[in-house]
Amino acid sequence: MQRQLANMKQTLFDQGYLDEQFIQLEELQDDANPNFVEEVVTLYYRDSARLIQNIEQALEKSPLDFSKLECLMHQFKGSSSSIGAKRVKSECTQFKEHCRVGNADGCKRTFQQLKKEYATLKKKVEVYFQFARQIGPVEKACRSK
Amino acid sequence: MKKGGQKFSALVVDDNKMIRKVEEKLLARFGFETKVVENGEKALKLFDDGYTFDVVVMDMEMPVMNGPVATRALRARGVDCMIVGVTSCGDGPEKAEFEASGLNCCWEKPLNAEIVGTILNKLDNKMS
Repeated sequence: MQRQLANMKQTLFDQGYLDEQFIQLEELQDDANPNFVEEVVTLYYRDSARLIQNIEQALEKSPLDFSKLECLMHQFKGSSSSIGAKRVKSECTQFKEHCRVGNADGCKRTFQQLKKEYATLKKKVEVYFQFARQIGPVEKACRSK
Repeated sequence: MKKGGQKFSALVVDDNKMIRKVEEKLLARFGFETKVVENGEKALKLFDDGYTFDVVVMDMEMPVMNGPVATRALRARGVDCMIVGVTSCGDGPEKAEFEASGLNCCWEKPLNAEIVGTILNKLDNKMS
């Protein structure tokens, strides 16, 4: 079971969904905060849902307010990089580039891609955490710390 | 750790709740006693109320009062503790402006163990 969990995580890394920052979060988990990573990721999805809505609304305006969009995306990028959401972060960077050069179509296209990556990551980490919770107690007993 | 077993103290200034949570835990892991606030104005208020910190971890972009403004204000008040900027802006004019406002150093987000370790080393060196 442990091996399965490790493999799940490795796949997420190999496929570029997560980066080193996720490991940093896991290292902060301890007996006092056994669900730290899950709490942080949950907070991320809650906060960023609001941001996504705001960006969506801003993208419906005409003409686009690129400066506002860049600002919103900047916050989103900051959060995403804090949990190690590698693919989402890279879409954020692309989006900001489009804003910088005033490319409306580019923004809209990249945003669709970003939402896809965001949703995919959410599903994958949900599965990962569910699995981790199931084997949680076992892991504690086996730990040789 | 300071001499006499006292902990170093840190202030996290960031408008993002999730980032505050992560940075606080990270600093605590390295033995810092940490407070968190959500913008520069609240940070200033703490100092005005007489709090002191060994290091301030200052986000660049925040509503109400941002990093550069808060840093300049702190330095103007004679606050000379370490102020470390964190930003997701990459290298550029904004980062340079932030550094010029009185930071000791500026790092790219996210804050990680390596950066905190470096901060701790600098503080340890300062104490010895």
